[in-house]
Amino acid sequence: MAERRMVTLDGNEATASVAHRTNEVIAIYPITPSSNMGEFSDEWSAQGKKNIWNTVPSVVEMQSEAGAAGAVHGALQAGSLTTSFTASQGLLLFIPIMYKIAGELTPFVLHVTARTVATHALSIFGDHSDVMGCRQTGFAMLSSDSVQQAHDFALISQASTLRSRVPFMHYFDGFRTSHEVSKIELLNDEDLRMMVTDDLVEAHRKRALTPDAPQIRGTAQNPDVFFQAREAANGYYAATPAIVQAEMDKFAKLTGRQYQLFEYFGAPDAERVVIVMGSGADVTHEYVEWAMAKGEKVGVLKVRLFRPFSIEHFVNALPSTVKKIAVLDRCKEPGALGDPLYMDVVTAFRQAKDAGTTTLNPTVIAGRYGLSSKEFTPAMVKAVYDELAKDAPKVHFTVGIIDDVTHTSLPVDDAFDIEKDDVKRAMFFGLGSDGTVGANKNSIKIIAEETPNYGQGYFVYDSKKAGAVTISHLRFGPRRIRSAYLIKQANFIACHQTSFLEKYDMLCNAGQGATFLLNTPYSKDEVWNTLPKEVQQSLIDKKMKFYVIDAYEVAKATGMGVRINTIMQTCFFAISGVLPREEAIEQIKKAIKKTYGKKGDAVVQKNYAAVDHTLAHLYEVTVPATVTSTYAMPPFVSELAPEFTKRVQAVMMAGKGDLLPVSAFPVDGTWPVGTTKWEKRNIALDIPVWDNSICIQCNKCAMICPHAAIRPKVYDPAELSKAPETFKSVDYKGAEFKGMKYTIQVAPEDCTGCGICVSVCPAKDKSNPKHKAIDMAPQMPLREAEAKNYAFFLDLPEADRTTLKLDVKGTQFMEPLFEYSGACAGCGETPYIKLLTQLFGDRALIANATGCSSIYGGNLPTTPYTTNREGRGPAWCNSLFEDNAEFGFGMRLSIDKNQEQALELLHRMGSSLGDELVAGLVNADQTTEAGIRAQRERVAELKKKLQALGTAEAKWLELIADYLVKKSVWIVGGDGWAYDIGYGGLDHVIAQGRNVNILVLDTEVYSNTGGQASKSTPIGAAAKFAMAGKSQPKKDMAMIAMAYGNVYVAKVAMGSRDAQTVKAFQEAESFDGPSIILAYSHCIAHGYDLVQGCEQQKLAVDSGHWPLFRFDPRRIEQGEAPLQMDSPAPKISLGTYVRNETRYRMVEQMNPEHFRHLLATAQREVTNRFATYENMAKLTMPVKTADEK
Amino acid sequence: MDLTTQYLGLNLSSPIMAGASPLATDMDMVRRLEDAGTSAIVMHSLFEEQITREQLGTLQDLELHAESSAEATNFYLPAADEFRMGPDNYLETIRKIKAAVKVPVIASLNGTTARGWLNYAKEMEKAGADALELNVYYLPTSPMETGDAVEKRTLEIAHAVKSAVTIPVAVKLSPFFSSPAHFIKVLEGTGVDGVVMFNRFYQPDIDIEELDVLSDLNLSNPSELRLRLRWMAILYSHIAMPMAVSGGVHSAEDAIKATMAGATAIQMTSALLRHGPERLKMVREGMVKWMEEKEYESVAQMRGSMSLMRCPDPTAFERANYMRVLNGWKI
Repeated sequence: MAERRMVTLDGNEATASVAHRTNEVIAIYPITPSSNMGEFSDEWSAQGKKNIWNTVPSVVEMQSEAGAAGAVHGALQAGSLTTSFTASQGLLLFIPIMYKIAGELTPFVLHVTARTVATHALSIFGDHSDVMGCRQTGFAMLSSDSVQQAHDFALISQASTLRSRVPFMHYFDGFRTSHEVSKIELLNDEDLRMMVTDDLVEAHRKRALTPDAPQIRGTAQNPDVFFQAREAANGYYAATPAIVQAEMDKFAKLTGRQYQLFEYFGAPDAERVVIVMGSGADVTHEYVEWAMAKGEKVGVLKVRLFRPFSIEHFVNALPSTVKKIAVLDRCKEPGALGDPLYMDVVTAFRQAKDAGTTTLNPTVIAGRYGLSSKEFTPAMVKAVYDELAKDAPKVHFTVGIIDDVTHTSLPVDDAFDIEKDDVKRAMFFGLGSDGTVGANKNSIKIIAEETPNYGQGYFVYDSKKAGAVTISHLRFGPRRIRSAYLIKQANFIACHQTSFLEKYDMLCNAGQGATFLLNTPYSKDEVWNTLPKEVQQSLIDKKMKFYVIDAYEVAKATGMGVRINTIMQTCFFAISGVLPREEAIEQIKKAIKKTYGKKGDAVVQKNYAAVDHTLAHLYEVTVPATVTSTYAMPPFVSELAPEFTKRVQAVMMAGKGDLLPVSAFPVDGTWPVGTTKWEKRNIALDIPVWDNSICIQCNKCAMICPHAAIRPKVYDPAELSKAPETFKSVDYKGAEFKGMKYTIQVAPEDCTGCGICVSVCPAKDKSNPKHKAIDMAPQMPLREAEAKNYAFFLDLPEADRTTLKLDVKGTQFMEPLFEYSGACAGCGETPYIKLLTQLFGDRALIANATGCSSIYGGNLPTTPYTTNREGRGPAWCNSLFEDNAEFGFGMRLSIDKNQEQALELLHRMGSSLGDELVAGLVNADQTTEAGIRAQRERVAELKKKLQALGTAEAKWLELIADYLVKKSVWIVGGDGWAYDIGYGGLDHVIAQGRNVNILVLDTEVYSNTGGQASKSTPIGAAAKFAMAGKSQPKKDMAMIAMAYGNVYVAKVAMGSRDAQTVKAFQEAESFDGPSIILAYSHCIAHGYDLVQGCEQQKLAVDSGHWPLFRFDPRRIEQGEAPLQMDSPAPKISLGTYVRNETRYRMVEQMNPEHFRHLLATAQREVTNRFATYENMAKLTMPVKTADEK
Repeated sequence: MDLTTQYLGLNLSSPIMAGASPLATDMDMVRRLEDAGTSAIVMHSLFEEQITREQLGTLQDLELHAESSAEATNFYLPAADEFRMGPDNYLETIRKIKAAVKVPVIASLNGTTARGWLNYAKEMEKAGADALELNVYYLPTSPMETGDAVEKRTLEIAHAVKSAVTIPVAVKLSPFFSSPAHFIKVLEGTGVDGVVMFNRFYQPDIDIEELDVLSDLNLSNPSELRLRLRWMAILYSHIAMPMAVSGGVHSAEDAIKATMAGATAIQMTSALLRHGPERLKMVREGMVKWMEEKEYESVAQMRGSMSLMRCPDPTAFERANYMRVLNGWKI
């Protein structure tokens, strides 16, 4: 038998490693946190890695999880060993087919990263609400606690399903296990072959559907037989537990790791036992070990096989001494007598007692913990055992939160800590863009694979995409690490960004005598006085060691740019003492060679230089005896913020949201609007500075700004009397606001510093064209003055909407009602959303598909949709990923119904309200801003009259009178939604003829989940699941929509022709029917600096890749062609455009000839499509006949 | 007609060959060039600076957004490891051309560091290149850099590469030396096997509407040949190593002129990019036809016949030429 290797990898890779080697067909769809399993499989297949039968598994990406499930079902029926990976809503989409697969007794393993199902809010994090939602499908359910187990159980479930014929769901905690990096023993191919034997595979194959020996399945059965036939499979379920145990025993013989269906750990004479499943079991184990050493009679029963639930194995696993049991569920079933595991345990005891198979009769209480990856720590475990020790413990409780409303929660001693001293614990605070996490993953690999130590890494990411903060938690120790929770007391804390000092209380996690490493531009002698007093106090109180390095200086000197990962990693090894210094340096260099060797010698050399330079620039600081600093960490939000923001959101911003009690929250997930403005993130290094002498007042900078952080206003000169000293202003240049003043103002603390405004600024200094009307300059020296200027600017009156011309310039005088979102710096999507809110925000409802736009649109703590001075603004909601078109359509139905009712009531009450008012309301022309304003005034007048009338009917009408003002429904989402998972719904909705507006933010890839190919991904571009370059052409969504003939369709690219974009938005909204706008959105997934985003958009249009056009069915009536081209025939080759983007370049670098072929195919596609459009643009249709009208 | 030529120790069927251009990246083009009768294929230059920049730039594009979001810990798979950002693709192309055609392949290199020059030169030799062309394409933009320093550096590179490889090495120069004749004479002393005159810098243009600098490629035209004719004519009797002309050969007449001035090899690039590989055949056949009409026996007979030492009026190649032409421009 070949020797097994010790490797460090995360739960997803550990699972996929077995799944890929023991299957033939893999059908997947990306969903966090399971996506990586599919991606690994795809990558391995692309590299030609074979399974244990010496063939490369086929990996295919489907359009949704429902599609993946269907493909899986088909592949299984046709006889292939098939697998898939999913989570959360994805798993819910599997459910209908899971019933079928189980009903047909088909061997199959579905690997699930257990994740929260969206309820009052979406959460990407882990709990068991998804898997528990499938316990009725007939699937066996096998749960693993850790990375090693996920690896092992992937194999045990594969063997068990083939032997039992019952399909398996193998699951582990999303993020906590799926994303935890850990050292494990890797099963080799021989292990896999020993477990998944040929006879099992042969039996599966023989059941396959084949015309050579035909059978049929999937019949329709009737009342006479369905019932009996359904019961016919019982024996298989009854046999499954023993089969799984037998496989576990066989596995133990192979590897020495013995597992049980229900695994007990603890005192043989335990009286108090906790029953738990998943990563929480490991934490409980850790506590029990500690408590037993103290002589406590406690134990933990870890549930592995939850379905089929074997009462026999269950009761036999428990010590006979048990008196009290707490069952912990990681999910919530509102209204039930208890959560699922508890219910099963209680039922199991009752049945065992009735059958006389047990004499146990313990008290059983039920606890809920860990929803949405809420921390579950030994302190919480202790709280549970303490509760059990009480004479009358709570029958139903929660642990890990403070429930001050229904008082379910147990008190937890936060200071309780049982981690052993020989486990080294390190925390690193970094930025996503500085490479901290990557370096830490690398460090774990070095330590765990090059020394006998075990290692564990877990990474906490920001909810914002721009300026994202990452916190890495690393543990190293001589034993397997069971601590599936964040570090509370660290021996080593590193701050990779100076600016974090005043934002995060990093040293609250420092243990006594811990080491603090700070990246700072200040020298060892200057640095002390730059620290806030809280930091100084902690350093002194905890007797900490303190080191500094100017990592950015070292990076600059060694040609590393802004990547400080290698430098900070070198510091960590140099001072943490985890490895001897010389050995550590050698290992880092070895790792650099391994990571970057293939990417080129230049990169390797620069990294080596960085390592060597680092040690000479790392200094220990002598910590003075007293605090000398006079400044404290500033509060997170201004005093002016609303109460809720200060009380709740500010706590979340500080990273202390875990401390908020239940009472702090709305009961239904409703969240206040317009709160990003209180979160001054100050993440820009440079911000734009306006030169009013050069500016031509085109407002293009404001139009393209992804964060509404640069804005123009035109106002009365008298307003300037109270202007701050440095506030800039200039005479307005156009005739429409003659005599007025004009200002472009930046929001210095909200700007992300992307520089895209500068890139679009057309106004250059004639003597020095390098200088434009806006240039980037360092933020720090400008922050204070510009913050004052911005506050003054916001207070200036808004322009009168009814007087604004609806062009690029005019729309930018409209107030954006979407501001300072968490979108990436330079985002290509948000300018479209901002424009939408400027034009229609005060009367818009937005249905938002899950994806980037729902995350930057609605991820807490603060949200970007806001209101104008009248308190109006977009009403926004996210339903699901797949149902968004239907969701928005439902909004339209409701609005139309309300409006219809209001009109009916108006007609009925006509005379009592005044005929003139009623006629005005009914016949109002609401096609202009002035018309809408007039209607709002009429509605106000109507409400007054209704209040005066006071009748039941009047009250009813008053309730819905606002619907007499035109409402605008926007259905917003990305291409993953529109082209793939939501396409069926979108197609149905545009076929209904109702007035909805669909905005597709087309990045040509699944951006939010990390760049998987969609049907919008163009030929030749690399994306996950199309690593060799997509070979099929991009779906022509516009053409499909135009085929209906009565749908408004526009294809826009703001960075290429913003005027056309503005026109399309207005036309789409004014069209009384379905409209769809396909909006080209540059994205970080394209792989270039987004400051070039608009340049790339221009090239996309000029090359014909993204032709601009508008298809307006209203033009038919005018005898004109409905399709109007807005961009000329391709002027440049496609190659000129695509070669600027890494997503294409990587394909060329990997295989130039293949790329040449793809590019030629893509070029032909572009040419053909353009020719088709051009011809269509010449087609006029006969106008409607009298009969049609 | 005897067109055979010895250039860089290679026995060539004629002096006319495809110069360094992107044509050599496409195997179809390479075959068409051979069919058109090219006597050798000079590949496009491998630019060390570009490789380095691409490595660093691509890495930045790949890593900048990695590990920033819980949902998207990377945007490209670890398969990005499969990226070949070094010289691999270039070396692979050498191998492919060698496999596709029979004519000699001359690889071309533009280095920026001593390490780059040497490593890549050796790699090219290993990949099967029959000869190397060192493209010393360098713009001394710093006022602190002396002409002497530029020359010294060029000589060092030439010497180092020549010592590192066993295949013949030619050096492609720009005309911007204070004393090209002297410099090329010294260059010959380093042991290199030939000189290519001259490389053409991309000349930037100014966009007066957008106040921008344009850096698009413009192809050569026959008037550019004259600069080359002069320096070849001047140098012909002073150096023993062969000279190749590059820049401005568009017709049979141009090729004849270049040979008469002293060129051993005639590299065509712009004309082939503009009209396709078959242009080369036209030029060669035109040359043969002309030579037959004039009863020449071989190119060797014609080579250098109009060089400074042999031509009837050497002053035309000298400074007076400039004065005279300028005087002729009186309006």
